[in-house]
Parts: sequence; structure tokens; C-alpha cells
Amino acid sequence: MSNQALPRPRFNAPEPEREQKAALKVETSTKPLLQGKVSEIPDAVFGWAMRLCGLAVVALLGLIVYQLVVGSQLSWHAFGWKFFWQSDWNPVSDQYGALPFIYGTIVSSLLALIIAVPLSLGVAVFITEMCPTGLRGILSFTTELLAAIPSVVYGLWAIFVLVPILRQYVQPFLAKTLGWTGLFSGPPYGIGMLAAGVILAIMIIPIISSITREVLTVVPQHQREAALALGATRWEMIRMGVLRNARAGIVGAIILGLGRALGETMAVTMVIGNRPEIAKSLFAPGYTMASVLANEFTEATGDLYLSALIEIGLALFFVTIVVNALARLMVWSVTRGQPSRSIA
Amino acid sequence: MGVGITVEHLNAFYGKTQALFDINITVLANHATALIGPSGCGKSTFIRCLNRMHETIPEARVEGEVRIGDLSVYNGTSATQLRRRVGMVFQKANPFPTMSIYDNVAAGLKLNGFRNRKQLDEVVHKSLHASALWDEVKDSLHKKSGASLSGGQQQRLCIARALAVQPEVLLMDEPCSALDPISTGKIEELIFQLKEQYTIVIVTHNMQQAARVAEFTGFFLLGKMIEFDKTEKIFTNPSDKRTEDYVTGRFG
Amino acid sequence: MPDTNSNSAAAMGPRTSIPQASIPPISLRRRVADHVMTGISVLTVLLVLVPLFAIFAYLVYKGIGSINIAFLTQTPKPVGEPGGGMANAIVGSMVILGIASLLGVPLGIGAGIFLSEYGRNRYGDIVRFVSDVLNGVPSIVIGIVAYGLVVMRQKHFSALAGGVALAIMMIPTIARTTEQMLLLVPQAIREAAYGIGVSRWRTTLSITLRTATSGVITGVMLAFARVAGETAPLLFTAFGNQYWNWKTDQPTAALSLQIFTYAISPFDEWHRQAWAGALVLIVLIVAAVAAVRIAVRHGTLAGA
Repeated sequence: MSNQALPRPRFNAPEPEREQKAALKVETSTKPLLQGKVSEIPDAVFGWAMRLCGLAVVALLGLIVYQLVVGSQLSWHAFGWKFFWQSDWNPVSDQYGALPFIYGTIVSSLLALIIAVPLSLGVAVFITEMCPTGLRGILSFTTELLAAIPSVVYGLWAIFVLVPILRQYVQPFLAKTLGWTGLFSGPPYGIGMLAAGVILAIMIIPIISSITREVLTVVPQHQREAALALGATRWEMIRMGVLRNARAGIVGAIILGLGRALGETMAVTMVIGNRPEIAKSLFAPGYTMASVLANEFTEATGDLYLSALIEIGLALFFVTIVVNALARLMVWSVTRGQPSRSIA
Repeated sequence: MGVGITVEHLNAFYGKTQALFDINITVLANHATALIGPSGCGKSTFIRCLNRMHETIPEARVEGEVRIGDLSVYNGTSATQLRRRVGMVFQKANPFPTMSIYDNVAAGLKLNGFRNRKQLDEVVHKSLHASALWDEVKDSLHKKSGASLSGGQQQRLCIARALAVQPEVLLMDEPCSALDPISTGKIEELIFQLKEQYTIVIVTHNMQQAARVAEFTGFFLLGKMIEFDKTEKIFTNPSDKRTEDYVTGRFG
Repeated sequence: MPDTNSNSAAAMGPRTSIPQASIPPISLRRRVADHVMTGISVLTVLLVLVPLFAIFAYLVYKGIGSINIAFLTQTPKPVGEPGGGMANAIVGSMVILGIASLLGVPLGIGAGIFLSEYGRNRYGDIVRFVSDVLNGVPSIVIGIVAYGLVVMRQKHFSALAGGVALAIMMIPTIARTTEQMLLLVPQAIREAAYGIGVSRWRTTLSITLRTATSGVITGVMLAFARVAGETAPLLFTAFGNQYWNWKTDQPTAALSLQIFTYAISPFDEWHRQAWAGALVLIVLIVAAVAAVRIAVRHGTLAGA
């Protein structure tokens, strides 16, 4: 039986004005405007064209690997694994060992990390946790401006401003105070491993600090509040509630910075001295994998010489890929794939 | 003039889950048919099967036969061509944000290669009249973007856009659910006028709305069509107990 | 009836045992540590800002004096002669970047469209991963690849080779940002277009891509700005040139290459011009990005 809960709907709605009806049908002729059969071909073609573009990206990587592997075959057959721990680099006698460059790359990058990491973390923590909101935008903008400066401009500034400062003030000071370690001995040229490390540090600060900032921002607010509620000072809250949570991501950011430092070419080439020698002192000139490529690739007279250089390129490629992949994994584990700003 | 719609043994699936079970319906031309039912009962899925919009969801599948007029929806035509004869208005108004009001209405024609300026002007003019929006926007057709209108105006803009393609059927998926009562009233009045020239199928949550605008009503429950009859009968003397429970407010 | 006048702690009974007065204040050591760390953080910010300002300051200070009409219109003079300019390098850079954009932008946007519209699946994940890997490849290695691909085939250096190298660097960045911008376009907009019978390809280009235009262009400009300053990949592709070159089968000058060559040379005259070149490079990059931003903004409507 019908329930009286609802009022009975009315079905006699008032008739609209007759004149309005004529204007309602949207017709300009007796036939509809859009005629003709719609072909499915353009859709299919477009779809395949886009898939091809995606494929092109993968093909590019394949191309890179192919070129490097093929190009380094000669050197690989000539030297095998010994290539990577011999330190004799002699184009005249066609003897090639890559150890000095590997050493130079590692040392300059590590030095850069030692300098850059505390600075980047400090900047990131300041901007995320301590900075008044008004300043935040300006500060993050200016640190990202550092990332936009081309490498060759960094190198230019390093040659004419940084190196003289190192030569006249910093290196004598280090030699006097820390010379006993053996790391700061020898004539203070200015040019050398130390200069390369410093300019590299300046160049990787933006990337480490911007990823760290992303990672810190993702830490949920309640973690901070929990620490504060226990009576922590602000620094203690940051240490316990934020940094501890973001640990994996921060390590990832640092490794990303490392990846960037490993592949950096121009600025390093301009200040490292370009001497393929392994020395303990940071004042000594050195050579990195990227630098030897930059300097000697076009001078390479002879197939073995060129092949040895390409093999160095292959090694550099492989190392940076592994380092970057590792770094992204760590960052992703913290941010869980949330949309990130593109890393230029 | 509008055309009728025939649905036979329609079953719809999302992957392994079945959403519609053996729907059989005949929608009369030039009438408004309402589909009511509680949330999740499949009425939106059903209406999207009529113009193959469910295909935009991956893993969606349909079995059965749908005919619009004499055209078989699943075997006789491409989806794109079908959608020029069957227009759709969505729950939340979705005008193209980068286009002006004029371009929004003309989009269906322009994007399919139609370029004749005079005829475009005429179509835009008539469509905006038909959706009762002309007077409010006639001075800013090219200057304002579609997204700068109010909610109710945006929805009428979407109706104009759908009408500009000269469909024979108009599908409306809860068109007023996001609108205030005054805008809702305007659109209901519109539907009442439009059904003289088009066949209208409207999904609605609001039973009173169904009663106000539709001659026929279908009641959906859990993916099945429980009852389909004249609106008057559904609301005053339904045959099925579940229909009666729903329209009298015992659930849903 | 509870006694409302008494001390609430006492009214609670003997359970509570910590009188207010005996909770110690935060120790001096902790407060000092807090302030010290704040100070250190501020210090790091200042330390980081110093080189930034120093570089820009020196660029302007050392470079501005050397930028004149001669610099912008003349080619380099032989060693030892004063004067001359970097006109060929400026133009060469534009040519190389033009080629790079022609190759890289369509492919990058296409890959982005693929990722967003056709790639929400395993294949898309592979492309996404490879794209991120490509982003991390050192630019000098890309130079080697372009050398093998183009220079060795053609047996000469060229602007084309340089353009190919830079295009390879642009593609991953453009693809990822395009994908992100397209994903931001609500599905409802696409459905609106499908609903009025617009085909899929038309919807993707004229509706989805159109809606995301400003974001996509920003992504393209980001990629452009990044490669505009690159030197390493040009070292053995475009190679550099002291003279005008309008042929595509010859080495081509580029601004970044010229700065490098001059900077490491022993001549003061060339050092001076290196600073000027660096300043011009930065100004051109900033101007290009700004010009595109303005152009994009002009094309939007009121309320859009």
C-alpha cells in the first residue's frame, strides 16, 4: 500500500509559450551539418606515431650503449680489465691505463660532497623548517638560480676568481694549519684537485638542497608536532621528527649530487690542471674521466687512442647510471612517487 | 526530430565485475525518460553505454544490443560518429577552459573541420537560445572564457555545446546535482522544452525531478532494471515492492 | 556536591604527584644547542648565496665593459690583435639550438603524449624509467654518441651534429614535463570532447594539449635553457669555428665553446672577451625564457 510520506508529484506542468518552441531546434538546413563517414584511420595513425615517439626514447638509450660498446671494443681487446687499474697513460707508446682518471673523478667528487653536503642540508633545513614564509620563495628561487648557471661560466669564474683566492689565501692557510696530514703539501698553484672540488661543490649544492627540501616537505606534519609535544626544542624537533624520517631520501639526494659531480666536465676541466697523475696532496693537479674526454678526444690520433677514450666514456656512463638509479630509488622510497619537480 | 532507443539484453562489465544485468528498455522518441535508483545502482553506467562513453575506461566491456533509431550502436558505426548523434551533458559542467564561450559552443563543429563562419555564427546563436543562455552572454561571446561563468550558466553552456552538433538524442547524467535550486529550475524548464525536439534520457538522484520533467521512468537497483513505466505509475502505483520502497523513501 | 573552590589538583585526589614548580626548565645546554644550530643554518644559507652573487657580480663587472657593437657584430680577430667579437658564435649557437629544438621538441612532446595518453601501462613505465636514466647521462658522453652517429658518418664536424647532441639531452626533460602537464588536465575535459563526437587524436591535440599548453611550454623552455649553456657535447660535434659559417658541413662556432676556448687561453684580450661572452650567454638565455613566457600569457583569455 502506498505510503503517504511523500507529497504526490504533479504531472501537469504548465505549457511553455508556443512561440518559443520554434526557436529551439538548432537547424540551419534540412540536413545535419556534420556529414560523412568518420574514418578510423587518423586515430590509428596518431596512436602509432605517439607510440613511436615513446619507442624513440628507449631506442636512444640503446643507441648510446651501442655506440659506446662498439667504440671501445679495440681498447677492450687490447687491455681487458687491466685498463681500469693501470696508471700509465701514454699516447706516444699507445699504452693506456685509466686509473689516474678514475682516481681524479672519485677524489674530486668526494671532496665536493664533503663541502657541499653540510651546506646543502643547512640550506634545505633552513628553508623548510626555520625560514619565515615570506623569505621562502625568494630563497628557494635564488638557490635554484645557481642550478641555471652554465658549467662553462662556473669554470670561467673559477679560473679568474676562485683560483687566485685559493692560491693566495686558502692554500697557504691550509698548508700552515693542516699541512701535517700530507693532504695539503706541495706548491700552492691554485689550480688542482682542491679547486676542482670546491667548484664542483658549488655546482651540486642546488640539486642536493632542492631534493632534500622535497624530501623534508613530505614528512608529515604530525611527526613534527609529536616531537614538539614532548617538549623538544626546535632543533631537537628537526633532528628527531624530520631528519630521522627523511633519512633515506636525504641519502638519495646526496647520491644524486654525487651522480651529477661524477659527470661534470667543463668547470672541472678548466681548473683541475689536467695532469694524469695520482698524488696524495689536494694541491696537486689531477685529471678526471670527463676532463680527459673533453681535452683529448679531438686530438686522438689513432684508433686505439680513440677507443681507449671511448672506453673511459663507457665506464663513466655506466657508473653515473648506477649511481643515479640508486639515488632515485632512495628518494622515491621516501616521497612514494609523488609528483616531483623536474630535475634540470 | 528525435529518435527512439532500443536496448536488448545489455550486460556491462568492468574487468571481471558485472555492473549491468540483462537490461531491456525501449525509450520513446521525443519524450523524456528518467532513470532513478540509489547510488551505485548502475544508472550512470547504463547511460554511458548508450553513447559508448564507458569505453573510455580501460577494461570496460559490453554485451548486448543497443539501437538508436535504426543505427546499431555497437555494430553499425564508430564511437566518434555515434556521439555526433547522441549528445551528453555531464554531472559537473565541463566547458573547455581555454576557449571562449563562442568557441566552446562551436567546438563540436570546428574540431570536425567545419569552417563556414556565417553558419557557425548561426549555429552558436541558435544553440545558446535553445539552452536559454543567449541573453546572459550575448555581449561577451568572444571575450569571456567558458570557465568564467557561474555553475548554472556553465551547465547551460554545455547543453548548448551538445545541441550545436545537432544530435537526435540528449543524454543527461545528473545534470543538476551540482547546482543550486534556481539554476536547477531553469534547466528543468529547458528539458521540458527540449523534449519536443529531442529524445532525452536523464539520470537523476532526485525523484521529484524525475516526476517534474519525465514522462517515463526506469528504476534501477544493483545493476538491474526493476521497473520501467509511465512516471505517474512508478510514483503512485508501482508494481514492484522494491520500487515502492524506494520512491516512498524507505531506502536509498 | 564537588568543592569548586579548592585547587583542582587536590580535588583530583592524591594520584597526581608532580607539582608545577618542580618541572625543570629546558636545560641551558639544549637551548644553546638550538640557537647554535639555527645560527649554523643561517650561516650555510649565507655561504651558499655568496658564490651566487659573486658570479653574477663578476659577470657584470668584468663583462659589461667589453660588450659593444663590435663585440656583437664581428668575428674573432687573430691572436694578438685587439678587438673582434663573437658574432659568429652568437649566431652559431642560435643555429645549433634551432636544430636541436626542431629535433628534440616534437619528439619530446610526442613521447610525453604517449606517456600520458597511451602509456598508463607497463610499456609506459619502461619509457618513463629509460627517460629518467637518460637524464642522468653526462653530457660529454652524449657528445661521444653524437660524434659516432653524425660526425663519423659525414666525416666532418657540423652544426647538425651539435644539434643532435643537444636534442638528445632535451628529449627526456620535455617528455616528462609534458606528461605531467597533460596528466593535470582533468579527465572530464577529454570526456566533454569525446561526448560531442571529436575523435581521439583531435581531442588529444586540440583539447588536452591545448589546455596544458602553458605548462608544456614551460617544460620546453626549461629544457632549452638547460642545453643552451652546454659546452661539453659541442666539443666534438660542432667543434667551433673562428669564422662565419653558413654551411652545414663545416664546424660551427658556438658561444659556450668560444667562452671555453678564450678562458683557457693565455691572452688577456681573450679573457676579457670570455667574460663578455658569458654575460651575453646568460642574458640571451634569460631573454629567451622571458620572451616565451610573455608570448604564452598574451594568448590567454580573461578568466581562463
